[in-house]
Amino acid sequence: MSQPGEDPAFDRHAHPHAHPDERRLPTVGAAVEAGHARAHADVWLSQVSAGYGDRPALEDVSIAIEAGTLLAVVGPNGAGKSTLLKVMAGLLRPWRGRVEVLGAPPGREAARVAYVPQAETVDWHFPVTVGDVVMMGRYPLLGPLRRPGRHDRRHVDEALEQVRMSDHRNRQIGALSGGQRRRVFLARALAADPALYLLDEPVTGIDATTQEELMDILEVEARRGRTVIATTHDLACAAQRFQRVAMLNRRVVAHGPASLVLDGELLARTYGGHLLQLPGGTVLLDDAHHHDQPAGEGEQHYHDDAAP
Amino acid sequence: MTDWLLEPLQFAFFQRALVAAVLAGVTCALVGSYVVLKGLAFIGDAIAHAAFPGVVAAFVVGAPYVIGGGLAAFFSAIAIGWVSRRGRLRVDTAIGVVFVGAFALGILMFSRIEGFVGELFGFLLGNVLAISAETLVSLLLLGGLVIAIVLLLWKELLYATFDPLGAAAAGLPVSKLDYLFLGLIAVTIVVSLQAVGIILVVAMLVTPAATAQLLTVRFSRLVPGATAIGAATAVGGLYLSYWLDAPSGATIVLLQTAVFLAVLLLNPRTGLFARRNASDAASA
Repeated sequence: MSQPGEDPAFDRHAHPHAHPDERRLPTVGAAVEAGHARAHADVWLSQVSAGYGDRPALEDVSIAIEAGTLLAVVGPNGAGKSTLLKVMAGLLRPWRGRVEVLGAPPGREAARVAYVPQAETVDWHFPVTVGDVVMMGRYPLLGPLRRPGRHDRRHVDEALEQVRMSDHRNRQIGALSGGQRRRVFLARALAADPALYLLDEPVTGIDATTQEELMDILEVEARRGRTVIATTHDLACAAQRFQRVAMLNRRVVAHGPASLVLDGELLARTYGGHLLQLPGGTVLLDDAHHHDQPAGEGEQHYHDDAAP
Repeated sequence: MTDWLLEPLQFAFFQRALVAAVLAGVTCALVGSYVVLKGLAFIGDAIAHAAFPGVVAAFVVGAPYVIGGGLAAFFSAIAIGWVSRRGRLRVDTAIGVVFVGAFALGILMFSRIEGFVGELFGFLLGNVLAISAETLVSLLLLGGLVIAIVLLLWKELLYATFDPLGAAAAGLPVSKLDYLFLGLIAVTIVVSLQAVGIILVVAMLVTPAATAQLLTVRFSRLVPGATAIGAATAVGGLYLSYWLDAPSGATIVLLQTAVFLAVLLLNPRTGLFARRNASDAASA
């Protein structure tokens, strides 16, 4: 796992079609050249519908994400961004459609996937320290019988160093600022040394410096051939710091290079009434991050729906 | 003072009771550390009450109460999970339905038994001084099993408790761990029934862990802390029970409650003399 050269995702990155700039421009309607895209994708979804209870959250989503991509998933509240990540993570079984993650059904390659939930779903009073949380990233690699050893502690040290949280290792997580909390959870993902990052709102509600630093780290990971998929509400961040963007509103409205988020018509189709376009091209968004429906509902159901 | 400690120890029944009480204190505190963090205190109470019909049934047919209570507790734990999933009900609703139903069944069966029922009252209120050597051996086996499983899976249980989504995405079998944990609660309750009784057993699960949670913000200290409190209060409560001639369940639980209150009031972080900026002090 720790050898990049052995990582199949790394080799796939070398494929000539992998470079985003060579792909055609906005694949509006998400028409993917099925066979080719699937063969070269780290994450591949075909006509996927999913939801909670009888309430749909995703409809007919098809998308292929190549190894080494830094992808932002944007869209209004309730667009299904978190649901999309949960389907990819194997936490939610789709109603219909086919999913492949790292060349296998979702959940099969779980040890090579790091999923970071939204900050709202975490119990910040939980009696664990920064170091404890980052070490959890190593647990799935250890199996039930082994205790964390020197090798694991080194991974934790490095991850804490990367997010510049080494000095806070022994603090309880509730004592941290919002930005520090996001740093810690990214460190947990880094410590697992995954091939695929699935990050739910990793840069929401944090200061600009932290956002820049976390994006620098994700950029490096993508350059190493790791696939990074992050939901975000921050369109400026998506346009400036991500390689590619998928615009979601239950369906994939558009998927392509990050420059496409600057397209007014696509934004209008993605965000609908949340959007105000002013003459001269300025776009105002009224889409503060909040939950219209209690976030708990999706979480409560995941046990039933978790893939084996 | 020494007499006070040594006199009861000359009796074999007291020695057995001491072992049983410490076993219950340790097992409950260990499992209870996760119960408190998962917010499952109500489930612990429910499973304990639901064990009652099993204990009565075992009494009627002359089987060991460990088996009857254990089966009833185990199946009620499974039933709670099943009812909440099938009915798409909130878990606490499912618990309310299952636990009161099972306890009512126990009361009905109990009312049909003719003659002396003092021994059954012991299961409701705890009477560890009456424990037999055979029962103690089976409790040691069951308690040892629970302790071994928790020590083996502590980190998986911790991850699945702290961040079930992240743990499941990383490949941990979170729903299986949830069911396993309900089973562990059930066995833990059976182990503790004779020491503190059905009605009070939830305190054994919750109070030592809650006390430890006041004292530390580190999981690696919470579990040993809770275990030490559980064991010490079990010993202290048993002596109180002997000298006051009171039910052991009541004295153990009251002692735990007293320790909790003392810590709550005197703790530098939460207490009456709490400093400001306490979260920093606690992480030191």
